[in-house]
Amino acid sequence: MSEIPADLKYSKSHEWVREEGGMITVGITDHAQELLGDIVFVELPEVGGEIDLDGECGVIESVKAASDLYAPMAGEIVEVNEALADSPESINETPYDAWVFRIKPTSSDALEQLLDAAAYTEVVEAE
Amino acid sequence: MPFIPHTEVETQSMLASIGVEHIDSLFEEIPPSLRASPVDHPLDGLSEMEVGQLMRERATADDHTLCFAGGGAYQHHIPAAVWELATRGEYYSAYTPYQAEASQGTLQLLYEYQSMMSSLMGMEVSNTSLYDGASALAEAVLMAVRSNRKAKSKRILMPVTVHPIYRKVVSTLVRHQDIDLVELEYNSATGTIDPDSLQLSEEDPGYAALVIPLPGYFGTLEAVHKLTDWAHEHGMLVIATVNPVAMATLTPPGEWGEKGVDIACGEGQPLGIPLSSGGPYFGFLCCRQSLVRQLPGRLIGRTRDLEDREGFALTLQAREQHIRRSKATSNICTNQGLMVTAATIFMSLMGARGLEQMSQGSHLNTEKLAQRITAIEGVKQTFKVPFFHELVVTLPQSASGVLEQLAAEQIVGGIALQSHYPELENGLLICATELRTDAEIDHFATVLERVLC
Amino acid sequence: MLIFERSEAGRFNSAQRIAGQESQALRLEGIPQAMRRKNSLQLPEVSELQSVRHYTQLSQKNFSIDTHFYPLGSCTMKYNPRGCNTLAMLPGFLGRHPAGSEQLGQGVMASLYDLQEILCEVTGMKATSLSPAAGAQGEFAGVAMIRAYHDARGDETRNEILVPDAAHGTNPASAVMCGYAVKEIPTNSEGDVDLDALRKVVGPQTAGIMLTNPSTLGVFERKIEEIASILHQAGGLLYYDGANLNAILGKTRPGDMGFDVIHINVHKTFSTPHGGGGPGAGPVVANERLAPYLPIPMVGEEKIGGETIYRWLGEEDCPQSIGRLSAWSGNVGVLLRAYIYARMLGTEGMERVANYSVLNANYLMKRLQKAGFTLAIPQRRATHEFIVTLKREAKELGVSAMDFAKRLLDYGHHAPTTYFPLLVPECLLIEPTETEDRETLDAFVEAMVTILGEAENSPDQVKGAPWTLPVRRLDDVRAARELDLNWYQRD
Repeated sequence: MSEIPADLKYSKSHEWVREEGGMITVGITDHAQELLGDIVFVELPEVGGEIDLDGECGVIESVKAASDLYAPMAGEIVEVNEALADSPESINETPYDAWVFRIKPTSSDALEQLLDAAAYTEVVEAE
Repeated sequence: MPFIPHTEVETQSMLASIGVEHIDSLFEEIPPSLRASPVDHPLDGLSEMEVGQLMRERATADDHTLCFAGGGAYQHHIPAAVWELATRGEYYSAYTPYQAEASQGTLQLLYEYQSMMSSLMGMEVSNTSLYDGASALAEAVLMAVRSNRKAKSKRILMPVTVHPIYRKVVSTLVRHQDIDLVELEYNSATGTIDPDSLQLSEEDPGYAALVIPLPGYFGTLEAVHKLTDWAHEHGMLVIATVNPVAMATLTPPGEWGEKGVDIACGEGQPLGIPLSSGGPYFGFLCCRQSLVRQLPGRLIGRTRDLEDREGFALTLQAREQHIRRSKATSNICTNQGLMVTAATIFMSLMGARGLEQMSQGSHLNTEKLAQRITAIEGVKQTFKVPFFHELVVTLPQSASGVLEQLAAEQIVGGIALQSHYPELENGLLICATELRTDAEIDHFATVLERVLC
Repeated sequence: MLIFERSEAGRFNSAQRIAGQESQALRLEGIPQAMRRKNSLQLPEVSELQSVRHYTQLSQKNFSIDTHFYPLGSCTMKYNPRGCNTLAMLPGFLGRHPAGSEQLGQGVMASLYDLQEILCEVTGMKATSLSPAAGAQGEFAGVAMIRAYHDARGDETRNEILVPDAAHGTNPASAVMCGYAVKEIPTNSEGDVDLDALRKVVGPQTAGIMLTNPSTLGVFERKIEEIASILHQAGGLLYYDGANLNAILGKTRPGDMGFDVIHINVHKTFSTPHGGGGPGAGPVVANERLAPYLPIPMVGEEKIGGETIYRWLGEEDCPQSIGRLSAWSGNVGVLLRAYIYARMLGTEGMERVANYSVLNANYLMKRLQKAGFTLAIPQRRATHEFIVTLKREAKELGVSAMDFAKRLLDYGHHAPTTYFPLLVPECLLIEPTETEDRETLDAFVEAMVTILGEAENSPDQVKGAPWTLPVRRLDDVRAARELDLNWYQRD
């Protein structure tokens, strides 16, 4: 069973979300990295870009698959994790530290729409 | 039964193993209403001897011509070993190297091809082929639009000195993706794009890329350095569409301007592929390493096996349709593997020196041809500028009529330009590769002179 | 060892020198200095024997039809007759310039014209264009023709193409190239399209559906007539992916099933060589409705004073055509091989292809089932291919379909297609083709049984395979993370 930290929020498309001081940080879950296998490349979104809820903002690529990243909240992309260019494998190793991008959300209550750890666990178990 | 080994006894025993009496029972899931009725024009099966007689007769009908046409397809010397090796069953009858361990021959060869083609183009990365020069240009255009998101434009500057059929093919292949192909006229004196005439106004919404041919369709040399730098200054990518044999002599795309081009493509046929009525040929496509994830088609990487031995494998497959499906870089799967096999062996046999000689020989023979032909009364060189191994001459009468008369004497006398360039109504595009002898050039000129008077 | 490592500076294969150009000094006064190559060209410097030996030895590292059983599902790896190759490479065919006058090409054009007619007849269609260079280009052409048809009628609201979830990835990729959105249709447990689901999504936005029949699951789509009528009633059209035409050649025709346009992979059904990944050819064949939109050029026939003259049909003859797909007229050399093959088969021979490819597949399927393997769709008859699922073996023994595939290589058989179609877990898609003899099929069964035994008793033997090939399993992750695509740019 993959790790699902209790203090994070989740999307159905397997992104995790951490809120810190009005910014949200997004990565992919342990379950998602297990499904993908060895990650070889991360296509990052452009900093400064406006993104809609569930808008495509990047691609995570493994040897056998490529999976789109979706924005769990609408807002502006304020930062991306450039370190992933050289070490995409860090997503496999520490998925909850290897964040992908940060969003300044348009609306703060959007966080309420996301899943908590218990609800996300159900999503994973249902697969 | 041609190519089917089963004896009647075997067939019966296999049917018994399956548990049915007749082969027809194996098709019982096809609704009876759909069973094929007898065909209108039944054909008898021919033996190899019979079909050989038919095909030899037909091939003979097309044989023994003397070729002075280019226009994207060139008759060059092909070393005998090229097709002896390429048609070995191990290359000829293998498929796409999905099982890497059982395909190291093809995979290593393709890696060698990528290296040789990149070197010839002065580029960092080459894919392992597309269908032909025309579809390679279409893929290059799509790739440029995907890669140049900053331009926020899906417009492409397409000079009319790019092969006219390539431009039509690009239009067919990209028209459903909201891409605008904006034509760029040539200077009527030089037959090339005049870089000093290029102006972008304030309101101009910009372009994703500029296409630059070398040589241009008229055989002339575009101002590639200036054009490349101009495009880069204006936020465009540069796509080169070039002749690979010419690149042994002319500046390859990687050396154009300050930074070199971003994408280089073209027709691979001159590298060991017979004319063969236009196909199969192969398209090549090269790019900067930073654009490799937008490159369509197969790519081979050098890697290691479990025991740390060198080996080769398909790589970056997540770009491709079998994984990315509707989001793939292209729908291409099968490419032109056997043609690339031949081209790789061709380049190894010719080496840099052989290819330079071929390139230079074609240029010098075309100079001879130009002198000889323009010495004929009423025949003029249309654009009085340097050319590589093709040039346009203006005849005193319609070129297509002249070509039919030459054909009656087994001469393919070039390509009439009128249908694609109405302003060049008597224009004829001619070419003499290294294969043409002085005697052949003389014969062509003599017959042409007779036809014209 | 790479060809570059055999290279020695200054070595030249002078048998290939170009007469009159031996002098090192460039005589290129006609070309401005700024236009000349600056960095010298790097290519291998090897002798002719070095090159010949190198590429001969490399070829010996390949599995191929000529050397091994190659039951690669959905690829129809049957014998490629040598006669087709020899005759297609006659000098008269190889030497013809594509821009040459029609009067200097009547031999090749007659052959192409005949092939167009043969393809119409075996598919039950009206007209053929041979110009697509491969199956994927044929798919593009077919969908672009559907679009051109709707556009010509001013019916511009149709923006969706339906594709079964079992389809090959090229189908959705081609639809997107034609500007369509793709909607997937589920498949039921017997391998047929789920008709209820289909009815729900078909509507005024539907441009068409792309179907393979027999499907990629190796079974015949039994409800095809009903599917055709659902689509046609809604104003949508049907596109047939000819990947599996081999199984029904001479038995039933896509035209009779209700398809409007089809493409044929001649490198599958008409046995032209796969060449290590092409060249293929993907002729498109259309019914009356879509024939005006076929890609150009095509070959037309005219009778002039008792003589038959062939000529190219272009823009003027086909004003509604979707246009050109390649610089000339497609992969003519490949099409000649297909034509020669078709003439050797004749009408009866085509039906035999279906008969014996289906016989071999059902025989192999039955034998594997008896040997304890699980079939993906056991209740159905196989067409020319079928699916074994190793889900149980993977779960209980930890040996995956990939492991089985690699171990088969050790036993001298090319692996079947693995992990396709995506719907079936741990699958092997097996297509023996009609040209294999029974002994070869039996040997394959024996190898599969042996591997199953190994999986039970010494699984590492299977998981570590292959052991006997030039390399063992390759590090794909390293290949992708530390890209090395070019010898001259290696680190």
